[in-house]
Amino acid sequence: MKTFLTTTALVALGLAAPALAEIRIGASISATGPAAFLGDPELKTLEMLVEELNAKGGINGEEIVLVAYDDNGDPNKARTFATRLVEDDEVVAIIGGTTTGTTMSILAVAEDAEIPFISLAGAIDIIDPVKPFTFKTPHTDRMACQKIFEDMQKNAITKIGMISGTDGFGASMQAQCKAVAPDYGIEIVADETYDPKDADMTAQLTKIKGTEGVQAVLNPGFGQGPSIVTRNYKQLDVGLPFYQSHGVASDGFIELAGAEAAEGVRLPGTALLVAGLLAADDPQKPVVDAYKAAFEEKTGTPVGTFGGYAHDAFLILTDAIARAGEAEPAAIRDAIEATTGLAGTTGVYSFTAEDHLGLDLSAFRMLEIKGGQWTLVE
Amino acid sequence: MSELLQFLLSGVTVGAVYALVALGFTIIYNASDVVNFAQGEFVMLGGMITVFAHAAGAPLPLAALAAVVATAGLGVAMNKLAIEPARGAPVVSLVIITIGASIFIRGAAQLVFDKQIHSFPAFSGDDPFRILGATILPQSLWVIGGAVAVFIGLWLFFTRTLLGRAVLATSNNRLAAQLVGINTPFVMTLSFALSAGIGALAGVLVTPITMTSYDVGLALALKGFAAAMLGGMGNPKGALVGGLCLGLLEGLTAGYISSQYKDAAAFIVILAVLFFLPQGLFGRKSTDRV
Repeated sequence: MKTFLTTTALVALGLAAPALAEIRIGASISATGPAAFLGDPELKTLEMLVEELNAKGGINGEEIVLVAYDDNGDPNKARTFATRLVEDDEVVAIIGGTTTGTTMSILAVAEDAEIPFISLAGAIDIIDPVKPFTFKTPHTDRMACQKIFEDMQKNAITKIGMISGTDGFGASMQAQCKAVAPDYGIEIVADETYDPKDADMTAQLTKIKGTEGVQAVLNPGFGQGPSIVTRNYKQLDVGLPFYQSHGVASDGFIELAGAEAAEGVRLPGTALLVAGLLAADDPQKPVVDAYKAAFEEKTGTPVGTFGGYAHDAFLILTDAIARAGEAEPAAIRDAIEATTGLAGTTGVYSFTAEDHLGLDLSAFRMLEIKGGQWTLVE
Repeated sequence: MSELLQFLLSGVTVGAVYALVALGFTIIYNASDVVNFAQGEFVMLGGMITVFAHAAGAPLPLAALAAVVATAGLGVAMNKLAIEPARGAPVVSLVIITIGASIFIRGAAQLVFDKQIHSFPAFSGDDPFRILGATILPQSLWVIGGAVAVFIGLWLFFTRTLLGRAVLATSNNRLAAQLVGINTPFVMTLSFALSAGIGALAGVLVTPITMTSYDVGLALALKGFAAAMLGGMGNPKGALVGGLCLGLLEGLTAGYISSQYKDAAAFIVILAVLFFLPQGLFGRKSTDRV
């Protein structure tokens, strides 16, 4: 009887919800667990933006309600929460999937229920092949490889050594870089790996340093691994151009690796990281400045690329709902797909029926660390 | 030649980290036959408390001391709150309790501190020493020195002091130890305090090299445990030699075979050693009377 009552109450609540003129948006984010350092700023960003938007009167006069769950980085939980968001919470769209694993679970549920879903994870498989209801905000690791190789090409580098983390991010980017390297006339002559929790990578770097013809070194990875690699690189005095991935594009990297060791390191990063250096007429400048100021005031911690992904997902979604004029999943989906030239923190988004990522290589800025600061390479 | 030397120095750096963690397992194991799987969390706490105390303005030596003392206190609390109430339980149950404690400490650390990666400056700067074309960081020497100092301290404690022997006696036969007047609850408390303190000291020394975050404990404990098993559980000499062997194996495999097989090669050697010497390289032969 009690169960029956609770169920009725839930159903009643669920049915009553749309009548209150509110738009329910769901989120499943890894705010704790192994991907917490990604999910934590993402959730804080979403909560902050919802509050901001409601203070301004919501979308077309309707209040936004964020139903957020913490999936702990566990794909099974993500699946459960996605189902709950669709069936119990009756949301009109889902943001989330901090990691590729959780994204894949949510994706299946969202596609089944025909609810628009904007993922915050990196892998290219999420939107390739295109699925009707799934979009994503972060650029892919393939694009990061292409951006780095473009820069190498400009500097007449043709033979490189790679040292990659064996975690999901490092391994995926390693594979993508190896796949696109021939397009840029680049040959990978040394290919080493390290465990993300290793304490010392001098053995691998010594091997790369000793390989005939290496002109530059590339280190795909995130977490503390790349900082240790960077320190060891300096320790061994390798002296070749050194490229990191977008996985460490944050001020924390310079701090952990030390300004001295990080000197001259190049990596593809987003506009958010170099907010102060953007040209006054840069289309991303207003949105980047506004997000940076709001987030840093609210949380007291510096903005990062990952919170920016959540910011852009929310921006794309609310922009689409406003244009659709109604909070119906199918209409929202069509409106998202029709987005053109929407400036976010990560890049300028233009979706099409064939492209559910909406970014090109211009979303990445090539950055170099000089004197402990980020600088733009042009 | 300089390549070989660099591989060796890399191995020694990593090995000294493992050895220092492995030494922390020794005391609790000797007192109670329990492998304390929260040992990695003690190492994490050593690093994290130092980071946050240092950031709050305390000078580094003071922050480090505070971390060691606070962690030792936590070790005592863990013994009083989790291990002692389950006094009569078999060793396996106690081991499972320590796993629970480690999950609890990791979760609490996430809330009390944060989820970011941290580090603090190396004690003697970052300029590497050059030896015949190979390099080693000064902090690695601190870790090696720390491991040797802890080893000597433990060896003297277990062989030269009455208290150390009381710890060993408690492990051999708790009832008999009580009958000859050893205060066994005190021995247990002491062993948790010392183990936690050594773990925290390890955390303080290795953080400038490995960096720290709330979840580093698991990986460190796993390698430290492997090192302790290789050397012989409970023997300080075994922990030191086991740690260094494991590090050198990894360094040389990464250098001469492939970094892909680094961990696999190390664990294959450990399996082979345990197959022929089940007690590890320096483990005591256990003779159970039935």
